[in-house]
Amino acid sequence: MSVTPDDRSASLAGADAPATTDDVAAAVADVCAAHGDRPDALIEMLHAIQARLGHVPPQAEPLIAARLNRSRAEIHGVVSFYHDFHTAPAGRRVIKLCRAEACQAVGCEDLANHLHRAHRLGSGATTPDAAVTVEDAYCLGNCALGPAALVDGELQGRVTAERLDRWIAEARIPRGEAAE
Amino acid sequence: MTFPIRIFVPKDAAARSVGADDVAARIMAEAEARSIEVSVVRTGTRGALFLEPLVEVETSAGRIGYGPVDPDDVTGLFDAGFPSADGHPLHLGPVDAIPYLARQTRVTFARCGVIDPASVADYRAQGGFRGLEAALAKPAADIVEDVVASGLRGRGGAGFPTGIKWRTVAAAEADEKYICCNADEGDSGTFADRILMEGDPFLLIEGMTIAGLAVGACTGYVYIRSEYPDAIAAMKTAIAACEADGTLGDDILGSGRSFRLHVRVGAGAYICGEESAMLDSLEGKRGIVRAKPPIPAIAGLFGKPTVVNNVLSFAAVPSILADGPEAYAAHGMGKSRGTMPFQIAGNIARGGLVELGFGVTLRELIEDFGGGTHSGRPVRAVQVGGPLGAYVPADRLDLPMDYEAFAEAGFMVGHGGIVVFDDTVDMARQARFAFAFCAIESCGKCTPCRVGAVRGRETMDRILAGEDVATNVALVEDLCTLMTDASLCAMGGLTPMPVKSALTYFPEDFDRAHAREAAE
Ligand SMILES: Cc1cc2nc3c(=O)[nH]c(=O)nc-3n(C[C@H](O)[C@H](O)[C@H](O)COP(=O)(O)O)c2cc1C
Ligand code: SF4
Ligand code: FES
Repeated sequence: MSVTPDDRSASLAGADAPATTDDVAAAVADVCAAHGDRPDALIEMLHAIQARLGHVPPQAEPLIAARLNRSRAEIHGVVSFYHDFHTAPAGRRVIKLCRAEACQAVGCEDLANHLHRAHRLGSGATTPDAAVTVEDAYCLGNCALGPAALVDGELQGRVTAERLDRWIAEARIPRGEAAE
Repeated sequence: MTFPIRIFVPKDAAARSVGADDVAARIMAEAEARSIEVSVVRTGTRGALFLEPLVEVETSAGRIGYGPVDPDDVTGLFDAGFPSADGHPLHLGPVDAIPYLARQTRVTFARCGVIDPASVADYRAQGGFRGLEAALAKPAADIVEDVVASGLRGRGGAGFPTGIKWRTVAAAEADEKYICCNADEGDSGTFADRILMEGDPFLLIEGMTIAGLAVGACTGYVYIRSEYPDAIAAMKTAIAACEADGTLGDDILGSGRSFRLHVRVGAGAYICGEESAMLDSLEGKRGIVRAKPPIPAIAGLFGKPTVVNNVLSFAAVPSILADGPEAYAAHGMGKSRGTMPFQIAGNIARGGLVELGFGVTLRELIEDFGGGTHSGRPVRAVQVGGPLGAYVPADRLDLPMDYEAFAEAGFMVGHGGIVVFDDTVDMARQARFAFAFCAIESCGKCTPCRVGAVRGRETMDRILAGEDVATNVALVEDLCTLMTDASLCAMGGLTPMPVKSALTYFPEDFDRAHAREAAE
């Protein structure tokens, strides 16, 4: 079974404990201060908060709004506009598969279908054990060596179904056994 | 050979995506195990991506190449005598003589893959900052006129003359002006901006600094998409190195002139490549397209006069100042002057970056350089100019790459991305994708684009299902006319281009009912 991004948080019982209210408040305070509470740095701030907490929790929005002297609606508008920002935690491994034209020309749609069929991972879905999240990307700048993917932020070229299977299997090894 | 022997391994993201880091590590480990003194330098890529990882060895006869080197090849290379393994099958001989590279006209990308992108000294030793020095010795107006005389047109897609844009900003009265580099490079099939920022970031810094001198701006921003973490890191490293070197800061090269540069990271929104949406994003807002006028040159970032140019436009400027506008304008054809870094991608045997004067044909790029499809099947369609560009049919490949020739044929050069498809492509599906992409990435400001894209996708779904094809194709054509005529920006305005080219040149792919009957 796969889950959509919207109900990701509900299904993440096995994942890292979600950020506490204190964590969120501390992250917002640190990040906003580091950027001098400048509203024009909002996107940089959201990147920094997401880097620290793994996502941008909804409860961060009013806190950021207060610090930047902006309305909560404005902050929410920015968070929801950009595809990068997630309001719920992702899996331990994130695979961003390129779905744009140059990768289509070398079979990225077959790979997407494979993820769906073999792993029940549609776009935006996370495995029930919170191991892997799959997202779509539209061009990763590796269009001559496609199909391309970003796996935990590392660019990959000439991606195959077998390599996808391997990345997913690696991430699904229960923690504690991974080192053996 | 001198010792230690210098060995060059790219750390370009594309090269790393096929194992360049492992290759570098294995070379160091093997060399140590065999007590061979080497120093491994990480460069950008030369752009011959099909040869990556391309390993180069410095010799008295120039650099000798090996590629594509798989990490598992390294031991065998050393067994064959590496760093001088002439007999090994991966031995390519002198890198400068590799036909793919030797046949290019490298102006903008002359240093890419050659220098260490973190070393200002390397950049200077290879002719860097000559353009900046020339600019510092001239009145600002002369810099602008040099750029006008070069005929340089914006490389981001629209092809607007760069010098004319700079004239407007230079003439505007304001307490503050900005230089913004558009490094959002969202078009599928393009990677030249990325390769330049990773391989020769100083050239972009130099070009932006010259722009600052020309129009009277002291602050610049490079807006880089978040999908490019390596480019972001390379630019930040290079900016810090220039600040330490005195080529950026409050006293550029001892001239008393000031210019500072900042990197800003996008957040995954194609529309932020549109210049006014990019400016809103730089201000920390949603990337919504602004109505024009005013143009950014009059009221851009924070309402101030702003130069917005693509990475490749800025990167062309140093050579124009260093070698003169005539030398640059000597390349190209018609009103398309200079060189263009074309990018050959998709289903292609020898994909990569090919810098040449305008006027080269698609066929030369795809067949002579690219070696045809990766699959070995015939080319059927080529999308040129990104997701908003037309699908060119295989019988039109003799068209020269030139802004006017392409526009006349109903196509678009755009940022120079060339995406090759073989004969297994389903053009009705590609037309559906054009609408679907527009629906995902529309900024939502105007109805023809926001609603039209969704309606187009739905209608294409009906066509794909073979429902009432003739009526639905007519509906798609109506939608295309509406989007072309009434959209606020080129996102909605040009989405019809791939759709209509698919309909015009590949009508058989839309005739689903007929196709099904034929199959039965
Ligand atoms: C939807 C859309 C996306 C665009 N994406 C880019 C881009 O990624 N990079 C770019 O330089 N220009 C892009 N442009 C063009 C810019 O709006 C603008 O024309 C360009 O940055 C100006 O620089 P230039 O004159 O040097 O080309 C895009 C335009 C549109 C309508
Ligand atoms: S055409 Fe689309 S992307 Fe452009 S302004 Fe209108 S809604 Fe926004
Ligand atoms: S289209 Fe997939 S990396 Fe560019």
